[in-house]
Amino acid sequence: MTEAEVTNIVIAGLGGQGVVKASDILSQAAFAASLDVKKSEIHGMSQRGGSVSSDVRFGEKVLSPMIPRGSADFLVVMEETQVTPNIHHLKTGGVLITPEHIPYILESENEEEAKRLQRTLNVAMIGVLSCYIDQIRTEHWLAAIENNVPPTYFELNRKIFLLAQAVEQVMARVASAAHKNGGMSIPVRS
Amino acid sequence: MAELAPQLLSGNEAIALASLDAGVTLGVGYPGTPSTEILENLSRIGGPAQWAPNEKVALEVGIGVAYAGGRALVTMKHVGINVAADPLFTVAYTGVSGALVLISADDPGMHSSQNEQDNRRYAVAAGVPMIEPSDSQEAYDFMREAFELSELFNITVLFRLTTRVCHSKSIVRSRPKAPAVPKYERDVKGRVMIPGYARPAHKRMREKLKQIADSKLMDRLTSEYGDPKSRKGIITSGVTFQHVIESSPDARILKLGLTYPLPLERVRDFVNSVDSCLVIEEGDPCLEEAFKLVDIPVLGKPEEFRFGELTVDRVQQIISGDYREAPPTPPGKPPKLCARCPHRVAFSILSRLDCIVAGDIGCYTLGVMAPFEAMDTCVCMGASIGVGLGLRHALPEEEARRVVSVIGDSTFAHTGVNGLVDMAYNPPSTGHLVLILDNETTAMTGTQEHPGTGRKLDHSPTRRMDFEAVCKAVGVDQVHTLDPTEDVQAYEKLIKDSLDSGELVVIIARKPCILTERRIAKAQAEAEAAECLAEQPND
Repeated sequence: MTEAEVTNIVIAGLGGQGVVKASDILSQAAFAASLDVKKSEIHGMSQRGGSVSSDVRFGEKVLSPMIPRGSADFLVVMEETQVTPNIHHLKTGGVLITPEHIPYILESENEEEAKRLQRTLNVAMIGVLSCYIDQIRTEHWLAAIENNVPPTYFELNRKIFLLAQAVEQVMARVASAAHKNGGMSIPVRS
Repeated sequence: MAELAPQLLSGNEAIALASLDAGVTLGVGYPGTPSTEILENLSRIGGPAQWAPNEKVALEVGIGVAYAGGRALVTMKHVGINVAADPLFTVAYTGVSGALVLISADDPGMHSSQNEQDNRRYAVAAGVPMIEPSDSQEAYDFMREAFELSELFNITVLFRLTTRVCHSKSIVRSRPKAPAVPKYERDVKGRVMIPGYARPAHKRMREKLKQIADSKLMDRLTSEYGDPKSRKGIITSGVTFQHVIESSPDARILKLGLTYPLPLERVRDFVNSVDSCLVIEEGDPCLEEAFKLVDIPVLGKPEEFRFGELTVDRVQQIISGDYREAPPTPPGKPPKLCARCPHRVAFSILSRLDCIVAGDIGCYTLGVMAPFEAMDTCVCMGASIGVGLGLRHALPEEEARRVVSVIGDSTFAHTGVNGLVDMAYNPPSTGHLVLILDNETTAMTGTQEHPGTGRKLDHSPTRRMDFEAVCKAVGVDQVHTLDPTEDVQAYEKLIKDSLDSGELVVIIARKPCILTERRIAKAQAEAEAAECLAEQPND
């Protein structure tokens, strides 16, 4: 089996940010898309507000549940301080996704509303990631989200997922156009 | 036979499903990462599951179930087997009537544990077969095999998982359910281990192990992978197999599912069919030692790979012989006590009073971290009280008076109470202070119930162990209960006065964990609503 046949994604953040939930959604969506999938993370001690990361791998056939060093195609980081401790996972040319990819969409002047929106950060990040995963269709993503959030929060999460997806598509198009028009770039991706 | 739809399951979920499908009579255990979700999932999918106060009791209940002809699942983390070792070594002699499968969830790399002991040693020491799966599908399939093996040979089976099997998810296809359980048969000579009956029982146990080693089961649980023409051989087991086949798909790989007793002749044939054979195993060199003992020429791994988890990268290093360490990665954020955690108050006070703190296992072990740094020892479950007493007995009076034992509620019910009995029985001349940080849950492993919460595994109500009454009953002079967040000054004064008193004091600082607040409030609201309905039958 060649490396190219497996997609490797590391999701990282702090305890309480929904890292494990995000990797559950991602792995279930890949499973629904008839891919072989494995995911691995550490529970317990590390969950008390400390660093948390989860490895998700999918493709025709996945072997080890853990992603070898420097071979993640995508690194999804929910909190800026967690980029440094996790960047070694990302392969050369891999895509780093941070909350910078979803400007404004989780913000609100209403404090309560802002709190509510902030709890969908993990689903928003998955929305950004979904733009890069051709093998998984939107219906698979939404079914996996529905399976992992309380019924009363599904509608909000569905909207946030689709919004984040749309924002990323626009940003990627802008970045690509800027690149074609003489190398201008916007600071969304490293 | 209709094929059941595949599911994406963690190893722990697969174990729960396999147990249910195997017709498990009872699942019993004590929470401990990475084993905890097995019983939680068994309960969730409709299986019978309960928490025991500790692993020894869990195994004893499981033994009773299996003596009765039932099928018992007993779950615990690796260090739990130490607690349960006493019944384990003797049930190995008696055997069982039904089935008894004991899960040991090991934690190589110590993600959430105080040591990384390799429990493959227990199978050899106790004389029980050991089965090790490498992913969720094998966790399911091998669990079904384990119940069948146990029932067929009337023997206890030790089933070893590791963190990366327990907490990794992969696709599982399940099988149709097993038929019903056999009936109880009395067998005094087989079950009552007085020396006269135990001597033949030991011989029977060795005979059974020999039968298993010669049985077809070895073939079912042993598999070969890779290029059959390759002259390079690798022998491996557990999740390490997955790293090996990813690192070295061109080698010939022998994967062992039954790691005790070992299929030594099959291993010898395999090793003879290649030019050189490497044993790649996580943890202790158990397989390597066993092969070398019978002159099977294998190569092992260097000593530094005994520590921590193996990964694809580390397996590649073992294979290539390039043992240079990877550049260190920047440290992540360490865990800490939650911002609103009621335990914080205690550690601020103990830090201010410059106490010598004998700590214990739970969230509150995080009291060792800054800004508190208020913990001096942490050995194993329940050790805080015994270790605290030893410190009191040995230290000069001035220092002995500063010693405090700090223990959580679940840990107190687990084995802390035994230490308390000794405190009353052999009181230190300076007295002693035990602080029970009672947040009414087993918080660190994910808020499981225990005897002191008054709720069962599925959160339904049951009798509640009364800590105050227990402390008084064993003979403690003074027992105080308080809310640690209500009056911090009074709390501090009580600790200081208790240390100065020279008496035996227990302070129970009771305040529910913030992580369970919502669940408890919801349960209470439901109970009140039910009561309300019951009172108004005509409404």
